[in-house]
Amino acid sequence: MTTQTVLAAAGEVSGGEEVTFWILAPLALIGALGMVWARNAVHSALWLVLTMLCLGVFYVLQAGPFIGMVQIIVYTGAIMMLFLFVLMLVGRDASDSLIETLRGQRVAAVVLGLGFAGLVGTGLSRALNGVQAVGLDQANAEGNVQGIARLLFTKYVFAFELTSALLITAAVGAMVLAHVERRKEDRMDQVATMKARFRPGNYPGPKPGPGVFATSSSVATPARLPDGRLTDRGIPEIMPVRELTSEETALKGTEK
Amino acid sequence: MNTVVLAAQDPTLADFGKDPWWLVLGKIVFAFAFGLLATLLGVWFERRVVGRMAVRPGPNQVGPFGLLQTLADGLKMAFKEDILPRAADKVVFFFAPTISVISAVTALSVIPFGPSVSIFGHWTPLQVTDVPVAVLVILACSSMGVYGIVLGGWASGSTYPLLGGLRSSAQMISYEVAMGLSIVAVFMTAGTMSTSGIVAAQGDATRLSIGGFELPTPGWYAILLLPSFIIFFIAMVGETNRAPFDLPEAESELVAGFMTEYSSLKFALFMLSEYVAMVSMSAVTTTLFLGGWRAPWPITLWSGANDGWWPMLWFFGKVILLVFVFVWLRGTLPRLRYDQFMRFGWKVLLPINLVWILVLAGLRSIEDWQTRDRLLVTAVGAGVLLLATLFWPSRKKEPKPSPQEQADSRPYGSFPLPPMDLQVPPSPRTKRVVAEREPANVVAGSESREV
Repeated sequence: MTTQTVLAAAGEVSGGEEVTFWILAPLALIGALGMVWARNAVHSALWLVLTMLCLGVFYVLQAGPFIGMVQIIVYTGAIMMLFLFVLMLVGRDASDSLIETLRGQRVAAVVLGLGFAGLVGTGLSRALNGVQAVGLDQANAEGNVQGIARLLFTKYVFAFELTSALLITAAVGAMVLAHVERRKEDRMDQVATMKARFRPGNYPGPKPGPGVFATSSSVATPARLPDGRLTDRGIPEIMPVRELTSEETALKGTEK
Repeated sequence: MNTVVLAAQDPTLADFGKDPWWLVLGKIVFAFAFGLLATLLGVWFERRVVGRMAVRPGPNQVGPFGLLQTLADGLKMAFKEDILPRAADKVVFFFAPTISVISAVTALSVIPFGPSVSIFGHWTPLQVTDVPVAVLVILACSSMGVYGIVLGGWASGSTYPLLGGLRSSAQMISYEVAMGLSIVAVFMTAGTMSTSGIVAAQGDATRLSIGGFELPTPGWYAILLLPSFIIFFIAMVGETNRAPFDLPEAESELVAGFMTEYSSLKFALFMLSEYVAMVSMSAVTTTLFLGGWRAPWPITLWSGANDGWWPMLWFFGKVILLVFVFVWLRGTLPRLRYDQFMRFGWKVLLPINLVWILVLAGLRSIEDWQTRDRLLVTAVGAGVLLLATLFWPSRKKEPKPSPQEQADSRPYGSFPLPPMDLQVPPSPRTKRVVAEREPANVVAGSESREV
């Protein structure tokens, strides 16, 4: 029906598909390796984005344009973006420490990973070697999107609904855990805040900064009121009001 | 939708993928040039229109009507120093604006600019390409565009850009949800996700037969799916980071947001991507809701309105109109506060959208019933809704104390207030001088009063 379907029709690999595959498959691998090896967490996430984009294109090549686009929109666009969001909130210098806390775990991880990859790879290649793919044209007969929609809303409707219920439960649970209940009386709107600010006893203006005649630019230096007294209104409450001694204010010979 | 009569020139999905290579190249270059040219003219247009709204001339020195101002600005930007902050992540800092531009321009590739025309003997649609999931391609492009902004903010290695980047990621993800949901209504009505199919489905060939008369009804989804259209447009303004939703670059809070540290050509790329995104989003709205390249009503009386190259004119007219609305919004509305903005997206746009989709699905599912039953069900539903709104118990508001009462009830020692009517009482000295003066020999109006 469309170019996508034609590309992957009847198990034959067309030229365009092959070219795209050989360009993108190394990129996807580089992305995967880069994700593991990158020191910086954000770089790691970006390598993963590259792999996911390549996967999306592969899906499109395999006559699944809908799942390919959903891969890009949902996984790359939304989920990885949330990952990035968290990583950025944590801070940009949060790179991995290289101190090994469990002895020999790295070697064990590499060996186990390679073994697992080997097992899956040989299993897949033995299972799929020489298998002719059939049924793609029938599945995409009335269009890829329509085919998926038909299956989702007829045969797999319960699985679909249960998955969405699960996701909603997770979202609601996260919200309940993170939610801070505030009583209605405690909530101050803008008018109430304003009134509280101008109530007698509260000084509505900005707090005085370090005084004009201050001997230091430190935040611990109290401001001087017009009558010469020191005031502690401009400094944080945990700091005591004090004036620096003459030896503290003496030049240290470093300002050349 | 009883019958949809397609004109012979309405391209379908089967018409794509048959062009020779030079034609494909030509179309791509055209779409790209359209994006760049739209930026050049769009910046000028915006500055002129906003200037007009602020009662000042706007740029009018370089070229006729100041048309070349943007070109001059672009040249100036190219010759400026390219500053790379020391704390920046160099590779990501370099790639971020490119990601922005690429994803903004790519969205133009599935926009139908016109129907099928003959170019050097080749009968081809005026659209770079179309796929069964074209609208999802546009959504994917806009969701990849977020990366440019977020990474630009992060890679700058300073606080304001990081805050801008974080804001934009939260903002664009939330508004993408509202946008995607309003597109769902379009999919449900059009029955396809390909852009050319959606334009074809909006042809004015829907007939409504009332008492034997065949009445052509409007087919634009902006009219049929009005709530979706409104929500889509609002979400689109949020998605393109335009005023009043330009929180990622709120200059009064974040200096310039994610592009604070950018200069020279990289900054120009961010500007370019913003304007290309504005134009391509306008083009998407035109395609999804305003009938695409189809002529609006009075022009359709002329039978050749939707033939040949003319539709491109209608298309560009609609796009320019939408860009004008963007500029108009910027000239009119103040920027929203961040929490208000998020609340608006999640608590207003999203629920309304869901309810509307539910209603639409209900209407669609009773479409093949008999006319009498259908009208009955719709009337009962509408009646219940009407009664519910009529008899919904409303909380009685307590009478608000008047400003004078509020002022009187303030505790002792409060700040002094000016008089409530803002009339400054005349000072006794002035009163005496006025009383002693000879009455002036002019006829004073009733409202003129000496104080």
